[in-house]
Amino acid sequence: MAVSATLTDNEPRVVLSARGLSKNFGAFAAVKNVDLDVRHQRVHALIGPNGAGKTTVFNLLTKFLQPTAGSITLLGSDITKTPPDKVARMGLVRSFQISAVFPHLTVLDNVRVALQRPNSLSTQFWLPMSSLNRLNARADELIEAVGLKRERNALAADLSYGRKRVLEIATTLALDPKVLLLDEPMAGMGQEDIGTVSSIIRKVAKERAVLMVEHNLSVVADICHHVTVLQRGEILAEGDYAAVSRDERVRLAYMGTEEA
Amino acid sequence: MTDLTHSTTSAKRTERSATASMTYAIFLAAGLALLVIAPAFFYPIFLMKLLCFALFACAFNLLLGYTGLLSFGHATFFGGAAYFTAHAVKEWGLTPELGILLGVAGAAILGLVMGFVAIRRQGIYFAMITLALSQMFYFFCLQAEFTQGEDGIQSVPRGHLFGLVDLNQPTNMYYFVLAVFVIGLLIIWRFINSPFGMILKSIRENEARATSLGYSVARYKLGAFVMSAALAGLAGGVKALVFQFATLTDVTWQMSGEVILMTLLGGIGTLIGPIFGAGLVVTLQNYLATSDFPVTIITGVVFMVCVLLFRRGLIGEFYASRLGRKLGFEHR
Repeated sequence: MAVSATLTDNEPRVVLSARGLSKNFGAFAAVKNVDLDVRHQRVHALIGPNGAGKTTVFNLLTKFLQPTAGSITLLGSDITKTPPDKVARMGLVRSFQISAVFPHLTVLDNVRVALQRPNSLSTQFWLPMSSLNRLNARADELIEAVGLKRERNALAADLSYGRKRVLEIATTLALDPKVLLLDEPMAGMGQEDIGTVSSIIRKVAKERAVLMVEHNLSVVADICHHVTVLQRGEILAEGDYAAVSRDERVRLAYMGTEEA
Repeated sequence: MTDLTHSTTSAKRTERSATASMTYAIFLAAGLALLVIAPAFFYPIFLMKLLCFALFACAFNLLLGYTGLLSFGHATFFGGAAYFTAHAVKEWGLTPELGILLGVAGAAILGLVMGFVAIRRQGIYFAMITLALSQMFYFFCLQAEFTQGEDGIQSVPRGHLFGLVDLNQPTNMYYFVLAVFVIGLLIIWRFINSPFGMILKSIRENEARATSLGYSVARYKLGAFVMSAALAGLAGGVKALVFQFATLTDVTWQMSGEVILMTLLGGIGTLIGPIFGAGLVVTLQNYLATSDFPVTIITGVVFMVCVLLFRRGLIGEFYASRLGRKLGFEHR
C-alpha cells in the first residue's frame, strides 16, 4: 500500500479525522473500523463500489448517524457525541446525494437561508422579510461565483438537475465551512456542469478541506489529492490516485461495476 | 435557451405577486369593512364567537400549515386561557386586557411544556402525544378547584377596557374583539413573513438540509408551537369574556378536533382559509342548534365532502382555480 508514501511532513494539518469508525445496522456491519484523515487545502475522495458504505461514512462524520464505535475529531475537538446542527455550526458542512435545495424558494432565498444563521437573522419573528435584503450582496456574490446569476429569481424546483447541485454548493459555501463534505456532487450532471463544478471545488479547496464521494473516476483523477477506497465498509486502499489505481485489489473490486 | 425561460418565468412571477398583493389588499379592505358594519345585520354574540374561533383556527394553522405539525391538543391552550382569564378578572378583579394577557401567558407556558415533550416526535406520534397531554390537562381542569368542575367559571365580568371603555356595551365589546382579531392576524402575518418564518419554511421544505446548514430544527418548531399556543390562548381568553363563561367544553378533545376541521375546511397553509372554515362551522352550529337535526352529522358530511372534493380546502381550491390564478394567487 502506498499510504505512507504520500503522507510526508509537508502535508497540511489534519482538520477532520476518524479513528476506528464503525456502524452496525442490527447484525449488518455497514462500516467497519475506518480510519480517515482529511487535510486542510486538500481534496480527498472517498470511492468504492455501490453499497461500500460511503454515504454511511458521510452520515457518521456529519453526525446524522451515531457511530456504534470509534471517535471523530473536528478541528481538534471531539465531536463523537455532538448533534448534527452543532457540527454544522462548528464548520463541517455537507451536501446530500439527492440534491438538497429548498424547492419552493427562489435561488436567492436558498442562499439567503444559509446566510441567515451566521448573520444572526434567523430568530427574529418580528422583523419584516425586507430585513433579509442586507444579505443580498453576499448572496449575489455566491450566486455569481457558481454561475447562477441569470437564474437568481427562479424557483429552485425549476432548475435543471445539474444547476440544482450547483445551487447546493453555493448554499454550502455560504456558511464558509472549514470542511466541506460533498456526496456525489457530479452525479447525473452533463459534461459542461462537471467542468464548472470541478473548477469550483478546486478553487474552494484553496482555503478549506474537501471530502467528496465520487463515482466519476476521471474527475477523481483530475481534482483529488488523496483517495480512500472503501469496500464492504472497510478501507481497501489509500493514497494518491495513481497509486490507488495501480492497486490490484482495487482493480478487482471495480471489475464488472466500473471500468477504471 | 434555459436562461431565457428562467428569466421569463421569474418576470411572470414578480408580475403575479404584484397582482396578488393588489387583490389581497382589496379583499382585505373589503373584508374589514364588512366586519366593521356587520353588527348592524347580525347578532353581535354570534359575530364575536365567529371571530374568536377564526382566530383560534388561524393560530392552529400557523402550526399545521406553516410548520407542518398536526397538534391534537390545541383545546388545552384555547380552553386553558379561557379559565385563566376568567379566574383573573373574576377573582382577582383584573382589567380585561390584563386578564387576557395573563391567559395568553398561561397558554404560552402550557405550549412550552407540551411542545417540549412532543416536538421530538413526528406525524402520528406527535399528534398522539399532544392528545395525551391535553387529556391530562382536561382531567386537571375537571379536578382543580379554581375551574369549578362541571359548573365552570360563570358570570365572568367583562369590566372596563383600560378602566375606561365599558365592555358590557355589546358594540364596544364587538369592536374590542374585532381589534384583537385583527391584531392577532397581523401577528401571524408578520410571524410567517419574517426571518424566523423563512427558516420555518425551509425546515418544512427540507428538514435534513436545514439541519445540515446548522439550524437546530427542534428549537424553531418549538418556537412556532409556543407562538401558536399563545395566539390560541388569545382567542380563548377573549371568548371567556364574550360569553362571560369558561367551561370544560373548551378543553375537551372534541374542541381540538373542531379546530382541525375548521382549518382543513378553509384550507391549510393559507392565511385566510381558516377564517372561512371557522365561519362555516360556527354558522352551521349556530343555525342548526335550534333545529332537531343533529349538527354533528351535518358537519361530518360537510367535512367528508370537503376531503373528497376540495382537498385544498375552500380557499385553497379558490387560489388554485383559474380565477384565483388570474387574480395572482399562488397555492404551494
